[in-house]
Amino acid sequence: MFSKFFEWYEKRHDYARDWLTKNDGEVVGCFCSYAPEELIYAAGHLPVRMLGSHEPQDVTEPHIFGMYCPFCRDVLAQGLKGRFNYMKGIMLAQSCLHLRQSFTSWRNHVPVDYAYYLYMPNKVQTDHARSYLAGELAKFRRSLEEWTGREITDEALREAAEVYNESRRLAHEVYDLRKGPNPALTGLEAMVMVASSFMVDKKEHNAELKRILPELKERRLDRETGARLMIVGSEDDDTEFIRMVESVGATVVTDDHCTGSRYFWNSVEFTNGDILSDIANRYVDRPTCPTKDFETRSRFPHILQLAKDFNVDGVLLIQQKFCDPHECDMPPLKEYLNENGFPTLFLEFDVTVPLGPMRIRVEAFLEMVGEEELF
Amino acid sequence: MAEYKTEPLKSWNKAKELRLKYYKEYQDAHKNGGLRWTGGAWSFDAIPAGLGRDVYNITGEPYGASLAFDKQLSKECMEAAEAKGWARDLCSYMRNYWGSMYLNKYAFGGEYPSPDFCFQDHICCSHGKWYQHVAEYKKIPYFCIDVSVGPYEDLDENRLMFVVNQMHESIEWLEKITGRKYQDDLLIEAVENECRSTSAWAEVCYLNMAKPAPLDEKTMYSLYVHGTLAKHSKEIADFYEELRDEVKYRVDNQIAAVPNERCRLMSDTQPPWGFLKVFRYLENFGAVSIGSLYTFGLIGIWEDKPDGTWGPRTTPMQKGESITTRDQALRILADWNLSKPEWQHFYDPNIKTRMMLQIVKQWGVDGVMLHLNRGCEGLSCGIMENRLGIAEAGVPVMTFEGNMGDEREFDEKRVMARIDSFMETLGIDMLQKAQ
Ligand code: SF4
Ligand code: SF4
Repeated sequence: MFSKFFEWYEKRHDYARDWLTKNDGEVVGCFCSYAPEELIYAAGHLPVRMLGSHEPQDVTEPHIFGMYCPFCRDVLAQGLKGRFNYMKGIMLAQSCLHLRQSFTSWRNHVPVDYAYYLYMPNKVQTDHARSYLAGELAKFRRSLEEWTGREITDEALREAAEVYNESRRLAHEVYDLRKGPNPALTGLEAMVMVASSFMVDKKEHNAELKRILPELKERRLDRETGARLMIVGSEDDDTEFIRMVESVGATVVTDDHCTGSRYFWNSVEFTNGDILSDIANRYVDRPTCPTKDFETRSRFPHILQLAKDFNVDGVLLIQQKFCDPHECDMPPLKEYLNENGFPTLFLEFDVTVPLGPMRIRVEAFLEMVGEEELF
Repeated sequence: MAEYKTEPLKSWNKAKELRLKYYKEYQDAHKNGGLRWTGGAWSFDAIPAGLGRDVYNITGEPYGASLAFDKQLSKECMEAAEAKGWARDLCSYMRNYWGSMYLNKYAFGGEYPSPDFCFQDHICCSHGKWYQHVAEYKKIPYFCIDVSVGPYEDLDENRLMFVVNQMHESIEWLEKITGRKYQDDLLIEAVENECRSTSAWAEVCYLNMAKPAPLDEKTMYSLYVHGTLAKHSKEIADFYEELRDEVKYRVDNQIAAVPNERCRLMSDTQPPWGFLKVFRYLENFGAVSIGSLYTFGLIGIWEDKPDGTWGPRTTPMQKGESITTRDQALRILADWNLSKPEWQHFYDPNIKTRMMLQIVKQWGVDGVMLHLNRGCEGLSCGIMENRLGIAEAGVPVMTFEGNMGDEREFDEKRVMARIDSFMETLGIDMLQKAQ
């Protein structure tokens, strides 16, 4: 049922090249899930979220010092290896320091026509972030217009936001089908469903979701649900890992990842006012990355709510090696979840994860979770 | 084979005295009903100054460095932080600081003096999170100003106002949490002092262009630190002006930091504090580290001059501007800080490379030593691109790995060996050998 999503995800470059032959826009690489894709989409381009390929590599060493996260180095490797040689534009919505370096090194060493650094606020917990971001979006809009000489009208922005909102609404519908005792899809399918939406024209992605939804609602998976797990943490599109977890008596039923629910959780709310302000508010209000989560730890209650709503038995805390933003949240998050009755297992990720040792740890955790359920 | 005369710096004792006084005053603040706050070295310390003359702060980075200097205590702090589950690769100043808080040990004797509130700014990912944890652990209020609005060369009204608006908001917050009435005249005074101190520090560094260099970087570390403690204070501003005069005297009289100077180097990022002997080792080659973008621009404020050179930024007072309102003071404070050289690479390593090459040119630098500092994600950001840019410009450059605050990540023998081979490529023998 999810084969189209897997195909998009696995053959992302084929899709993009094909898209370019059929459209007169450009492919624009977006660094960080805070990229306001609506603007790029409204300009007639294909926004594509930059992810790695989970292969060991040695091309980034001269560019990013080894103390930064494997994900940001994997992303840059894609550019340095020429995998995106069809892509003419890149943009960064100000991210953590790690991923930011993938963008700046890409800009220095991979030929592109267009590179834009959007100074996304880090403190989203001040109301001033709203008008500030709206002002920055106005500059980004003008810059996109200058690049292709095409005007981006308010109407086009509204339409793009509607397409994106529909995508968000559909993703919620799919996630809702994981709340019951027999989730209609696996965690792997959910992961690929979201990740493929980073790479495909949202209209096309929406159409496919609408096509499968009626059937999905009736779907009974031919497998035991086992322990219901939630995954939380750094960037994570590690399909091999989640496949392994789901092969040892568990189902991943929800997540808090920038590659998962954080990406689509909230929508643009139209106010009949300035459309850029509406879009800005959506990004200020979304579930945060830990690097933007201060002074208050606003992520924690949101994560707890997810755990409750999806009836979670245990939480896998997943952290990319050296990921400072998540490292600054993990110990208190672990304590918070444990205090609220959710057992946790902390796992550190690299570009590839050693599945054998990970399996042993996950199995031990599942055993512990299972025992707790007995009492 | 000494070519130049040398003599100890007269300001040395005063520097030491001021630093200890700062930590003591913070410790004793409550005795006289004063306030204590904590935040980063880059926080806008001029803002809480408006709460009264009895408000004292402790800034996390120099405090973390003071801890690092005491290897035994630092080890205990690191272990205490690790025992709480924090990752070993997090900012080593932050781990030292948290450890000192958990152990309830003050680096200057006694218990860790609990602050009344946290007041921070945010440009590095660790900034906002550092005091979030202090605030939750100590159960005290916390305010953080986001300054990550892009490089100074792209500053515009929207970006400036994002910072200024948060500053206004922070003043309302300070009044609310302390119950004190905010005094704009004290803010204005603090802003003037900050401009004066950070520009005067840049003047000190500027004078180091002279040959022989009047200061070596190891000495500069003991001097720039005051700007990381309380850049807004009159005492520090006055001290930097006195220091500038003394350094000028050294230049006029060819008083050298390294009497046998024959090679000029520059470094980058914080040094491994437990191993400052690296800099003494350089002297064996007649090499002086004249400073770095780090020592010059962590607190020093600079500007491009009309003749294409780089020099201390002209203060509003030097331009004849007088500051009369809160809003004007905050605008100046924001604009002044956003031009900080060490804030630019957060957005683009090329801007930093440009500034570094400018230092190479103006200060007559023969080679660059980059400390790949595992302890600081903020200042190591983009450093490999800096290496490439410097090498492309034909300037000899070497790297060495280490950690400013965690000595477990410093391999002394290896680093010394790298220095030896770097010197060899520069064609410089060790002086003892040469003799
Ligand atoms: S948030 Fe973490 S995983 Fe994501 S790019 Fe930053 S450092 Fe890497
Ligand atoms: S990592 Fe570096 S820049 Fe960031 S808080 Fe620590 S010392 Fe400061």
